[in-house]
Amino acid sequence: MTVRVQSEDFDMGAELKLLSQGRDDIGAVVSFSGLVRDDTGDLLALELEHYPGMTQAALADLETKAFARWDLSACLIIHRYGKLETGAQIMMVATASAHRRDAFEAAQYLMDFLKTDAPFWKKEHLKSGTRWVAQATSDTDAKKRW
Amino acid sequence: MSVSLNVMYFAWLRERIGVSSEAVETTAATVSELIDELAAREERYAVAFQDLSVIKVAVDQVMVDFSTPLKGANEVAFFPPMTGG
Repeated sequence: MTVRVQSEDFDMGAELKLLSQGRDDIGAVVSFSGLVRDDTGDLLALELEHYPGMTQAALADLETKAFARWDLSACLIIHRYGKLETGAQIMMVATASAHRRDAFEAAQYLMDFLKTDAPFWKKEHLKSGTRWVAQATSDTDAKKRW
Repeated sequence: MSVSLNVMYFAWLRERIGVSSEAVETTAATVSELIDELAAREERYAVAFQDLSVIKVAVDQVMVDFSTPLKGANEVAFFPPMTGG
């Protein structure tokens, strides 16, 4: 189980390779990455603020819960903070398991909870000014299936 | 008995109140009482804490309800609903 909270970018390919390197018990790796998206053509950058003391622990807690629920061999969450440009990687989640089902479900579970339970806040820097992103109802609903 | 807390604010709460953290001497027994005390201080706090439905709180870095007692607490953080991922 690994959690990294950082301002620097990451190399997803290299991270995925490392995750299963030297392991012969892993048969499936599922990964997700979140990118800075511009819906309106108005976005200059996305700024991510977090709660340094709490973020690492909150993400590690999610991993612990995923491990308790699914048969996972490895798990990685990387989440960036700071000012990110359109198209930049914000975060990634990777889960590894003997079989795909556990890896798929655990990755979705981690993402659903990460959206609303990890102390990150997004602020949009638009051509017309700045705006804090509100939590989406669809994100709070997504957790309910677990 | 009064206790000394490190009170932190994030995102738009930080911007509205104008500081990211401050030491607060308080006799508040619960998070709710602390909010009332802060809101009574100055307009900027009253404005920030106007709508509690869009505010979350963590005591010593664990998310809790507003009714949570502050006994033994060191750090209280207020922030809007999270938008990670």
